[in-house]
Amino acid sequence: MKPVISIKEITKIYHVGEIQVHALRGVDLAVQSGEFLSIMGASGSGKSTLMNVIGCLDVPTSGSYHLDDIDVSSLSRDAYADIRNEKIGFVFQGFNLLPRTSALENVELPLFYDRRHRIKNPQHAAREALERVGLADRMHHVPSQLSGGQQQRVAIARALVNQPSILLADEPTGNLDSRTSIEVMSVFQELNGQGITVLLVTHEEDISQYTKRIVYMRDGHILRDQKIEKPVSARQDLEKKMEEADAAAL
Amino acid sequence: MLQLSNLLKASFKSIMKNRMRSLLTSLGIIIGVGAVIVMVGIGSGSQKRIAQEISSMGSNMIVVFPSFSQRGGVSRGAGSFNRLTMDDADAIREEATLVEHVSAIVMSAGQVIGNGNNWNTSIQGVDPDYLNIRMWNIASGEFFSDRDIRSRKKVAVLGVTVVENIFGDLDPIGQKIRIRNTPFRVIGVLEEKGQDARGQDQDDIILAPSTTVQSRLTGERYINMINVSAVSLESISRAQEEVTAILRRQHKIDYGQENDFMVANQTAITEMASETSRIMTTLLGAVAAVSLVVGGIGIMNIMLVSVTERTREIGIRMSVGARGRDILTQFLLESVVLSISGGLIGILLSIGIAFILNTWTDIHVAIGTGIVLLSFTFAGTIGIFFGFYPARKAAGLNPIDALRYE
Ligand SMILES: Nc1ncnc2c1ncn2[C@@H]1O[C@H](COP(=O)(O)OP(=O)(O)O)[C@@H](O)[C@H]1O
Ligand SMILES: [Mg+2]
Repeated sequence: MKPVISIKEITKIYHVGEIQVHALRGVDLAVQSGEFLSIMGASGSGKSTLMNVIGCLDVPTSGSYHLDDIDVSSLSRDAYADIRNEKIGFVFQGFNLLPRTSALENVELPLFYDRRHRIKNPQHAAREALERVGLADRMHHVPSQLSGGQQQRVAIARALVNQPSILLADEPTGNLDSRTSIEVMSVFQELNGQGITVLLVTHEEDISQYTKRIVYMRDGHILRDQKIEKPVSARQDLEKKMEEADAAAL
Repeated sequence: MLQLSNLLKASFKSIMKNRMRSLLTSLGIIIGVGAVIVMVGIGSGSQKRIAQEISSMGSNMIVVFPSFSQRGGVSRGAGSFNRLTMDDADAIREEATLVEHVSAIVMSAGQVIGNGNNWNTSIQGVDPDYLNIRMWNIASGEFFSDRDIRSRKKVAVLGVTVVENIFGDLDPIGQKIRIRNTPFRVIGVLEEKGQDARGQDQDDIILAPSTTVQSRLTGERYINMINVSAVSLESISRAQEEVTAILRRQHKIDYGQENDFMVANQTAITEMASETSRIMTTLLGAVAAVSLVVGGIGIMNIMLVSVTERTREIGIRMSVGARGRDILTQFLLESVVLSISGGLIGILLSIGIAFILNTWTDIHVAIGTGIVLLSFTFAGTIGIFFGFYPARKAAGLNPIDALRYE
């Protein structure tokens, strides 16, 4: 089976004045369809840089990148934009929702740039995506009226709405408390269970335990690549937490 | 590119979400367009009024008035300033062949008492020809005759403003009035003439025989002016030459010496006035145009601030698939929509101001379609011109840099 993501010898050098910062020093990675992968590592190890390259938000200095068998490294700026629209759903640590704009309109945003009209009924698709993340009753709320966990679920719905090949998330639980983090992870697990490929960056060991494969990074290299045989179920953790809370209340 | 209607919708949404910012942005354009239209409207309004005045005055009119002169380099003193006399008027009347009507003008002012009321007005001593020269008519009663002039008869013809203030609804014909203690009998009322170009009420006047005013009211040998009408429009300049020659001889001015009077025709005077008002119009328009450009720069400022402020939004849009061109079009449309709606509001504003000025003040504003279209087009162009730079700046951003922007 052909991998969805195939990365070979990717490097990324940032120029800050006279200084060169080697953020990625030759990374190889292959991800199969349906995988749930987490990238772990200390701050500054190059996780976000790798994620941005995979998400076509940034261009690598050298190396090759194939997404769905398309050689992305040779594409134009506009084609990059189209790839982001059709094949990638990106979830950020800081949610990145449009302010003063309803959840529904935020989720519809990618479909506004759906040039080939892949999705026939944008409103309907946006509603469906919000239902999938359990926010059907908050459609007309603006971000300031939503909790952090709810905002992140709107962002996930936005990432899903264009039916992407891969779902990318850079520290999606970084701004959330532990309980809400588990909630968000259960959403990702559910989506992965429906067959969506998910890659997420985290520096928390607990969070990575909910994924099926962990890639460890250090100084722009991949250090270790490890399969998890039995991932923890976020839903079960959540139920356990609730029972504990109930017990404490009694 | 995406469908224009969709992008337009997005621009409208963004404008409506930032109402205050949008209003402030447009304000420069609103004021600029409004000012240009009103200023130019005021200018062309006064030009129109001057043109009306020319036709109401009779374009054959020639005015003779005294002027200060130096003979042989030595001033002949203040007394020599006003040197026109009744004899000068008679000489023109008798000798000039290209002149149809002649009237001496003796000006005075003072209190008029009658019917238990009093009123301050100007009193002009004129000759029977005066009404022909000014193309004026009697509304009721009659005007004085040559015999009245010769006998210095104490009769008066009133303007409607004077009638209203002294007699009210009473018929003034045959009534007695006292002008500075001299009794006059009212024999006629003038047709209403309205205001002149400077907003002066032309009906606030009393006409009386020139000789009567001279002997009873001014008591001076010299008269203020002589009004003359040429036999035809074509002969005006030759009539002027003729009048000049007669007066030079009357005043015994030697060859090579300057005139101590001036002969001007009405067209020249009004041309001068309309030239002044044309320059005023241009000046006012230019000042207003500057404010329009300043408004445009205001738009650019706000758009630049908006691009910076919305860098994250641009990043978000790009991360979900917006191309550079989509961002460019959206921002360009926003500034065009802002400046065009600003222009429309400015036009409505100027129409409102024109209505108010025309209804409640003496200022006459004539709004022309030309200037409305011009300033509207200008507003739209300003939107594109000043919106382009910030829009291009937004479109050129790298998605990840835009997202990271603090
Ligand atoms: N835009 C940039 N300009 C310069 N250096 C950068 C930039 N982005 C990241 N870096 C550097 O690249 C390295 C990797 O950063 P990053 O991928 O953000 O790490 P992580 O996400 O693992 O914390 C760091 O040393 C960081 O300082
Ligand atoms: Mg990071």
